[in-house]
Amino acid sequence: MAGSLPPPSPTPKPSPTAAKFAGRLIIFEGLDGSGKSTQARLLVKWLQARGYRVFFTEWNSSELISDTIRRGKKKNLLTPTTFSLLHATDFADRLEQHILPPLRAGYVVICDRYAYTAFVRDAARGCDPDWVRSLYGFAPTPDKVFYFRVPVATSLARKVASRQKISYYEAGMDLGLADDVIASYEKFQSRLKREYERLVTIDRFVVIDADRPVETVLNQVRREVRPLLTGFPKAESLVHAEG
Amino acid sequence: MPKARTYGTPLPGMPRETLHGRLIVLEGADGSGRTTEVELLKEWLEVEGHPVVDTGLRRSTLLSQEIEEAKKGNTLSATTLALLYSADFADQLENKIIPSLAAGSTVLADRYIYTLMARAIVRGASRAWAEKLYGFALVPDLTIFLDAKTDILLHRAIAKYGSLDYWESGMDLCLSRDRFESFYRYQALLREEFGFMESRYGFHRVDANRPPAAVHRETRDLVAPLFRSEARRRR
Repeated sequence: MAGSLPPPSPTPKPSPTAAKFAGRLIIFEGLDGSGKSTQARLLVKWLQARGYRVFFTEWNSSELISDTIRRGKKKNLLTPTTFSLLHATDFADRLEQHILPPLRAGYVVICDRYAYTAFVRDAARGCDPDWVRSLYGFAPTPDKVFYFRVPVATSLARKVASRQKISYYEAGMDLGLADDVIASYEKFQSRLKREYERLVTIDRFVVIDADRPVETVLNQVRREVRPLLTGFPKAESLVHAEG
Repeated sequence: MPKARTYGTPLPGMPRETLHGRLIVLEGADGSGRTTEVELLKEWLEVEGHPVVDTGLRRSTLLSQEIEEAKKGNTLSATTLALLYSADFADQLENKIIPSLAAGSTVLADRYIYTLMARAIVRGASRAWAEKLYGFALVPDLTIFLDAKTDILLHRAIAKYGSLDYWESGMDLCLSRDRFESFYRYQALLREEFGFMESRYGFHRVDANRPPAAVHRETRDLVAPLFRSEARRRR
């Protein structure tokens, strides 16, 4: 009858893995101020200098729906669900436009934030983690995910030192965790960290202790990336392969 | 009395209190007489003394403009468009449908998640993904599927607009470069998907090849039992 639950749906198809693409997909995840963006950029430089074709992309501002998100945020129209779905929309667009083409063309694609950012952020806002994960079922599983682990205090200290204004949503003010932006930011980042930690085994993150000097961290990142590039063609050979 | 109020994971913060109003969904292709039927049902219910709120797809304040823009440009992938529609639907559900039901109004939905799912699925989305995506949707009290033959839809579209709409012809699927041919194939695909969903979701199929008055008599007979005083509340 109408209203009763339909029979259980067939098992969802597993996410495509990056292994079936010509390129490599490497992800940098972590809290704000964990140093992941700095490391991602340094890795790009290193790979380029070694002759690889590298494509770098970051997921911090949205092109497709930035106006909607901005307008929704201004009027506080967004709920955890619409917030989540809008970001998934934006991610799908980015994936199609910016990540899949270079990945298929044989680039090393380096992403500063990926679907995992959505997993932790949406879960911290109260969305069901399995539901959020299923939304991103279309996203390829990366070859490597670096998780930059820092204490929340470090994240906060770096954020304050950078003198960037902490936005309403970044601080999770919509959750009513605290009246004060700093206190709210700290609580919200703690929730994000808890979610990241939960994903470490599920998504086989390579955990990077990011509370160390940049050079030390970079050496570890390079060591982890090297095996992915065994036999991987460099730019020169790609260009001349056709001719 | 079914326990589930949603198909899957409920919305975070969804009101735990009883939603007193009835949710009635009308589904059917463009030209199936859906919108006319919504108007007739609304008029009838209001005369009977029931407050009615009607809602349709792409009427949310949050996103309708973006969706129009996206459709004009036609550069979005099927997945992106499906997610954009789902955000729009979630906005309407949370900001319009649920508050109206909580206030005791009857909500007449001119299309619901089924159209959105069918559109995504015929464009290559997996059914499992689409079902999980829309798992937060409320289970309607009644879903009426206005089923009309493609020939009838075709004639009504031409009579009304003088042409076949790009999207209603599924031109983005590249089924055929010929719009007439594409319209037939696309509507057949959707109809097949609706046929599948009919049993899965318990649609009440109404033969929409007939004039509006005949359709209305039948839908009224389907709706009336929901308002009998002895009718058990489902929510």
